[in-house]
Amino acid sequence: MILAIAWRNIWRSRTRSLVILIALTLGLASGIFYMAFYKGMLDQRINSAIKTEASHIQIHNKQYLENPDKKLMINNSDSIVKLIQNEEAVEAVSSRTIINSMIQSATTGSGVKITGISPEKEAAVTNLHSKLIEGDYFETSRRNPIVIGKKLAEKLKVKLKSKVVITLQDFNGNITGAAFKVVGIYETSNTIYDETTVFVQASDLNRLLAIDNNSCHEIAVLLRQNEALSTVQADLTSQLPKLDVKTWREIMPEVSLLESSFGLTMYIFIGIILLALLFGIVNTMLMAVLERTKELGMLMAVGMNRIRIFTMIMTETILLSILGGLCGIILGWLLNIYLGIHGIDLGAWSTAYKSMGFDTLVYTRLNWSITLQIAVLVFGTGLLAAIYPAIKALRLKPVEAIRIDM
Amino acid sequence: MKVIEVKQLKKIYNTTEVKVNALNGVDLEFEQGEFAAIVGPSGSGKTTLLNMLGGLDQPSDGEIRIGGTNIQTLSSSQLIDFRLRNIGFVFQAYNLIPVLTALENVEFIMQLQQVPKKERQQRARELLDRVGLGERINSRPAKLSGGQQQRVAVARALASKPKFVLADEPTANLDSKSTENLLDMMEELNRQENITFIFSTHDQRVVNKARRVITLEDGQIISDVRKEQETRTN
Repeated sequence: MILAIAWRNIWRSRTRSLVILIALTLGLASGIFYMAFYKGMLDQRINSAIKTEASHIQIHNKQYLENPDKKLMINNSDSIVKLIQNEEAVEAVSSRTIINSMIQSATTGSGVKITGISPEKEAAVTNLHSKLIEGDYFETSRRNPIVIGKKLAEKLKVKLKSKVVITLQDFNGNITGAAFKVVGIYETSNTIYDETTVFVQASDLNRLLAIDNNSCHEIAVLLRQNEALSTVQADLTSQLPKLDVKTWREIMPEVSLLESSFGLTMYIFIGIILLALLFGIVNTMLMAVLERTKELGMLMAVGMNRIRIFTMIMTETILLSILGGLCGIILGWLLNIYLGIHGIDLGAWSTAYKSMGFDTLVYTRLNWSITLQIAVLVFGTGLLAAIYPAIKALRLKPVEAIRIDM
Repeated sequence: MKVIEVKQLKKIYNTTEVKVNALNGVDLEFEQGEFAAIVGPSGSGKTTLLNMLGGLDQPSDGEIRIGGTNIQTLSSSQLIDFRLRNIGFVFQAYNLIPVLTALENVEFIMQLQQVPKKERQQRARELLDRVGLGERINSRPAKLSGGQQQRVAVARALASKPKFVLADEPTANLDSKSTENLLDMMEELNRQENITFIFSTHDQRVVNKARRVITLEDGQIISDVRKEQETRTN
């Protein structure tokens, strides 16, 4: 019956209860929506970091990342690639020749990172081929095709079939260069990447650099699941002791930081919302207790003991919190589901977002474990908010409580 | 059989300015089946006495025994349980639980006593029938008149099978018809089932019905009249 009394008491002062319930619902729904938005944006950034830029694992010569010199190569790359492919968790492997150099058009020039790839193998590892907005992905059989980013194309004022010239120093120190024909233009969500990264066939670049096709600067590894990351890294590190095996987290620490800070951000954000709601609940319940002084006094007089009084007020507060929490979580989820399908267009701020590598169409994402954590936090808040009003109720003395208004 | 024994009961309220002797050495006994009214002007100490008898307030000195138990020896949680099992309360302002129906209000006390559900529902129905509210068992207090609410309160007070019922100005908020009905009903319960009722009251109609009238003034009993004895001696 205590549960029934607590439940009915909530609806005794309908307006007051509704106000706090709406506050709980809106507060939590907005908290959940924000988390879903943030998580969606983050997942898209990580996904693009893995799928377009870094892939899961990269292998380099031990000194290469500190000093990306063209001479710091991985030799016998074919056999190493085979060895990596034997790992069960590995989905695909692509070896790359990389050189930082100059690219020039008829009008201007720019410093870029030239990545020599085997188009088919690269397509299995990264999704660059799906990011093409013009032209094709190395489908031509002609020599020296090049795929460049949209931003760079704009900067160099080049179009499809335009010629660009790459000038570089070969393996022996001779200055050399070659004309490349733009066959494809891509666009990712990261404008800086688009402006500074170009792709050519590894065989073309190797020929220009005067190196053999069995060497490369970087081996990119795509895993079947991100969860296998540390296991595969440890495995490869032990099998390839002379090489540097790094995960995307180490290669792109700024993205990794975003990922690891998500939990903390969530707790702080939800914590602030719940703290505000906590005071709202305490206030509501305190009013409920104080206006029932006489009734509580009567209950104590007729023999309701302190534990029961305490339980009744606690139950009332917790029910209120659970109800508001549930409504908030449901509303938050509805928003999350809707915007997870339709996305939120941040097109108005596209320049800012894209320069940081974020998509401007954000699909909200939320998982049950986060929801569960939020639900536990709400319950905890309810419990915390219940204590003070319940203690206040206990301090009433039956005889004094009854005397009021008499 | 003695239900209540009060010896040299004193209650002093110490306020910052004055010391008030609300009760000043009261000696009193109640037998099973009494129908007694405590009367006196405002400030005479009748509510204080009633609170003491109900174990709601602690005396400054003296002794109260209920059914042989000295209630001052009980801890506050023991006292709550003692009240639950031994004393029925009827308050001036009815003090029903507004969110519960008449039936649930009566049942509630028995639930506190952990009476099984079926049994308590049956007893609550019987009691509400007994106080003439058999038709209104599912009404909440707000839907009942003052007189009806006070009847529910009487049914509630009886639900725990108490040794006696304390009623603090039970008719103060009732019109004369309701007062008469309520008093008749309580008197009937008293005569037929030997239930002890003790009232504190200003109401002459209650005083007229009571078979024993205890008059308090300045915290002391100035008269204690048993009407039946009176009739007999006359």
